[in-house]
Amino acid sequence: MDFANAFSIDNLRFILEGFYMTLKVAFISIILSFVLGCIVGTIRYTKIPVLSPVLGILVEILRNLPLLLIIFFARFALPDIGIQLGPVYAAIVALTLFEGAMISEIVRSGLNSIDKGQIEAARSSGLSYISTLWHIVLPQGLRRMVPPLVSQFISLLKDTSLAVVISLPELMNQSKIVIGQSYNYVIPVLLLAAFLYFAVNYALSLIARRLETKFI
Amino acid sequence: MPDFSILIEYFDVYMEGFINTIYSSIIALIGSFVLGTLIAIFRISSIKPLRWAGTVYVEFIRNIPLLLVVFVFFYGLPSLGITLSGFVCGTIGLTVYTATFIAEAIRAGIMSVPKGQTEAAQSSGLTYVQTMRYVVLPQALKIVIPPLSNQFINLVKNTSVLGVIAGLDLMYFGDQVASKTYATFDTYIFVALFYLVMTLPLSYMALHLERRLAKNG
Repeated sequence: MDFANAFSIDNLRFILEGFYMTLKVAFISIILSFVLGCIVGTIRYTKIPVLSPVLGILVEILRNLPLLLIIFFARFALPDIGIQLGPVYAAIVALTLFEGAMISEIVRSGLNSIDKGQIEAARSSGLSYISTLWHIVLPQGLRRMVPPLVSQFISLLKDTSLAVVISLPELMNQSKIVIGQSYNYVIPVLLLAAFLYFAVNYALSLIARRLETKFI
Repeated sequence: MPDFSILIEYFDVYMEGFINTIYSSIIALIGSFVLGTLIAIFRISSIKPLRWAGTVYVEFIRNIPLLLVVFVFFYGLPSLGITLSGFVCGTIGLTVYTATFIAEAIRAGIMSVPKGQTEAAQSSGLTYVQTMRYVVLPQALKIVIPPLSNQFINLVKNTSVLGVIAGLDLMYFGDQVASKTYATFDTYIFVALFYLVMTLPLSYMALHLERRLAKNG
């Protein structure tokens, strides 16, 4: 183990660039998958004919496939049908679809947890279906969704490491390249990568815990 | 429409990966269940250092990616002079990683049984082991089974990281087929089907189990 050389200025800069890429891809994917998940989850909750069941099937398929396969597919299989995506876009598209499917289930079960009596009461006091959804169901449902959502975001951040298979220059990929320089760098570099992932995720999980006690 | 001749021609290759994926899942499931139970016991134990060790293990491993854990075994062990195959490293990594989630599920299950019941059981003369066996565990099991079955589905999906370290799983052999046929899209559609053959029935079983336990509980 050679900590001094493993953490040379060049190596550190290289690894931290990867960390920045990890955070960037995770951040964009979190926002996109949250939007997608909310839309799909709400559509499935409202039981629109044809659209809801079709989305249901797609969600089930995505949820039951390994994310690694979806990332690989987005980068290497889509060109066969004429869609060419670079590593960054492929990673974001794959993460958004997969985590969006996961989040849609969180949203759907959050909405389902709202007592049906409240909806009936709102409807019979003259609110339209959309207003009921917007003013009664969503505000309460969203609150209950916060803890599972945060843990899904932690999963997403960890899952960005799978983009190593499409050589996205994120933390795992950069670490792997530095490891390739010498056997003596393996343990120090993996420790550093673990520390960086841990720091972000642990902070997120502490926030999740605070929110949990606040909302429930 | 995907080209089914690929599936027919390379069926044996797909099957080898499929079977290795199942092997890895089952070994890691048993391993992580044993390790997870042990950690859960550590975490609720009255001995402080054990509790502390359990907490550190769970909090640390839970917050780092599975791939990193697998890399520690695949790249880290050789740097210390121990070389294991990709399949073995991947399966060990999966076991270590999944154990944290199983430990948390088991702990939550045990904690959900009110403390008064344990006290009542013990004051009516049951030993600690009897209390666990007849009072706490039967009730905890109901709460533990749904998250455990979800973890198993995740585990099956997570075996795909073996593909990154030449672990001879479905993902790895999919790669082999794709590099021979050049039909990446079709090849991976079939890989996806093989995964769904495993995960979809498991998902429905998990859902069914969850509903049945919710009804009875």
